[in-house]
Amino acid sequence: MASDLSLDIRGITKSYGGKYPALKGVSLQAKDKEFLALLGPSGSGKTTLLRVLAGLEQPDAGEVRFGGEDFLSLPVRRRRVGMVFQHYALFRHMTVAQNIAFGLTVRPRAERPSKSDIADRVADLLSLVQLDDLGKRFPAQLSGGQRQRVALARALAIEPRMLLLDEPFGALDAQVRRGLRRWLRDLHDRAGVTTVFVTHDQEEALDLADRVAIMKDGELVQLGTPNEVYENPADPFVYDFLGAACRVPGTVDGDRLTVADWESKAPKGAPQGLVEVFFRPDEVAFGPQDGAGLGAEIKAVAQRGPDVRIECLIEGQIFELEAHGPTLPNGVAPGLSLRVKPLRPRVYPQKA
Amino acid sequence: MTVVAGIRPSSVRLPGIAILLVLASAVVMALLVLLPLFIVFHDAFAKGLGPYLAAIREPDALAAIRLTLLVSAISVPLNAVFGVAAAWCIAKFEFRGKNVLLTLIDLPFSISPVVSGLVWVLLFGAQGWFGAWLIEHDVRIIFATTGLVLATILVTFPFVARELIPLMQDQGQDEEAAALTLGAGGFTTFWKITIPNIKWALMYGVLLCNARAMGEFGAVSVVSGHIRGLTTTLPLHVEVLYNDYDFVGAFAAASLLASLGLVTLVLKTALEWRHSGELSASRRH
Repeated sequence: MASDLSLDIRGITKSYGGKYPALKGVSLQAKDKEFLALLGPSGSGKTTLLRVLAGLEQPDAGEVRFGGEDFLSLPVRRRRVGMVFQHYALFRHMTVAQNIAFGLTVRPRAERPSKSDIADRVADLLSLVQLDDLGKRFPAQLSGGQRQRVALARALAIEPRMLLLDEPFGALDAQVRRGLRRWLRDLHDRAGVTTVFVTHDQEEALDLADRVAIMKDGELVQLGTPNEVYENPADPFVYDFLGAACRVPGTVDGDRLTVADWESKAPKGAPQGLVEVFFRPDEVAFGPQDGAGLGAEIKAVAQRGPDVRIECLIEGQIFELEAHGPTLPNGVAPGLSLRVKPLRPRVYPQKA
Repeated sequence: MTVVAGIRPSSVRLPGIAILLVLASAVVMALLVLLPLFIVFHDAFAKGLGPYLAAIREPDALAAIRLTLLVSAISVPLNAVFGVAAAWCIAKFEFRGKNVLLTLIDLPFSISPVVSGLVWVLLFGAQGWFGAWLIEHDVRIIFATTGLVLATILVTFPFVARELIPLMQDQGQDEEAAALTLGAGGFTTFWKITIPNIKWALMYGVLLCNARAMGEFGAVSVVSGHIRGLTTTLPLHVEVLYNDYDFVGAFAAASLLASLGLVTLVLKTALEWRHSGELSASRRH
């Protein structure tokens, strides 16, 4: 496609029954052919936003432009978005092949491909999603992963201008999930269609997307590449949401950060005064008791595969820290006192 | 979807008390259901096949059969349409007064059929609200086919809707939404997605609706006026003949109704057996 199909969402507001706000003025942009993740906990409004894009919900206010065109004034059927629903919404009374062909067979007569063209297209899509021999099956006869791929093939059949995926891996078990993730990313890269997908799984979003939009309570909290949001979470919520977090109170004075009896250089741009210090449980260095770091007492040690989980008492709280076997000092055992030094602490102002 | 139809009797050893209960219910069933059914056919053929056939071929009986078929041929399709429409809006949309509508749909189940008939008399009878106007314009509703149809529609309204609502609520609207995003219009979506998904439940509802429509006595009795050969449906015909001490005629007509009931039962069981997953009734059991 020659034209630039970038997506521009401005000030989308939506409430249900005038009472329950689902979206509070969300604005975000996606570039042409971008793979964008909407990430957030349940109730953050991410699915509502996706349904607004599909045309299944009308926002109360705001604007959506797609490739420069006013998208909201188009009815669902003219938007040409391929949507994959969370539970796939396959047509249960149709075979896999009929499901995939549906978008083509319902076209007005003048635009409808011939029967043999449709059959060819279905065969192509079946082989694209690696289900060549299953065209005659019914959805009920497929596994979860197969259904998901049929739903995707059905959405791709209409040569969508945009692909919308609602929790595409939500109903699958972890094994299938990981395999499909890579496959979906490859498919997106080959199809070259702007794709927006909704997920509550931060690992999935960080692994798959070009950029991640993190949502909370109907608002966009942060938008950036996986690296940007992971390295520079905008606020404690994002930090917490993107991975396990340990939190201790501290103070910043000038460029010095003090947490209990541990003093270090404050990270760049840290707020002054009373702060909350965040660090990841696997981004710590363990040292002897006379070294630098937070005073810690080991409560329990458990080997989990290649990693070791160490329960530590730090500043009156129990934290479950992670370490790779070789990086551990010798003699780590319950009862030992040592120093735990956060390697990359993040500092946020303390909440009033 | 697999639904366990029941426990296979061979796989379960019944204790003594259970055997006793099964026997007791079998006896009650035999006395209350099988015996009357037997008597209907026995008395219908009491004087042999000839008088039986004569009773059915009699002009008033034929008129009653025709009228019964006509009334259900009008009211059942209408109720199928109403039922689908009501179930559609209740299952797929959120709106104010939804619970009131649900209750209203059930109303014909909870009020006596006689009242359902009387309503129409109060509206369209000679002394009713619109009675004078109707007489003036020479329109007959009460003591005419129209009245019978109206009464039947009212009594049998819930069957289709009741059957469809739980199923459609259960199915949600994702498939319809998917069809829309794939470019289908509302009409196409309805015929290609919604209807095929509910077709067995719809047939089930229509079947029950039809059985009731043909067998309805109370409501029709009120609006009929019992004009022989004109406004007596089959159930009313049975009553008229019975009151005339024409037992062979009464039981012959009754045997037709009983046969209808048996056919309905067979079809109903077949539907439940083959498509239990798609029937909401089988889930409510």
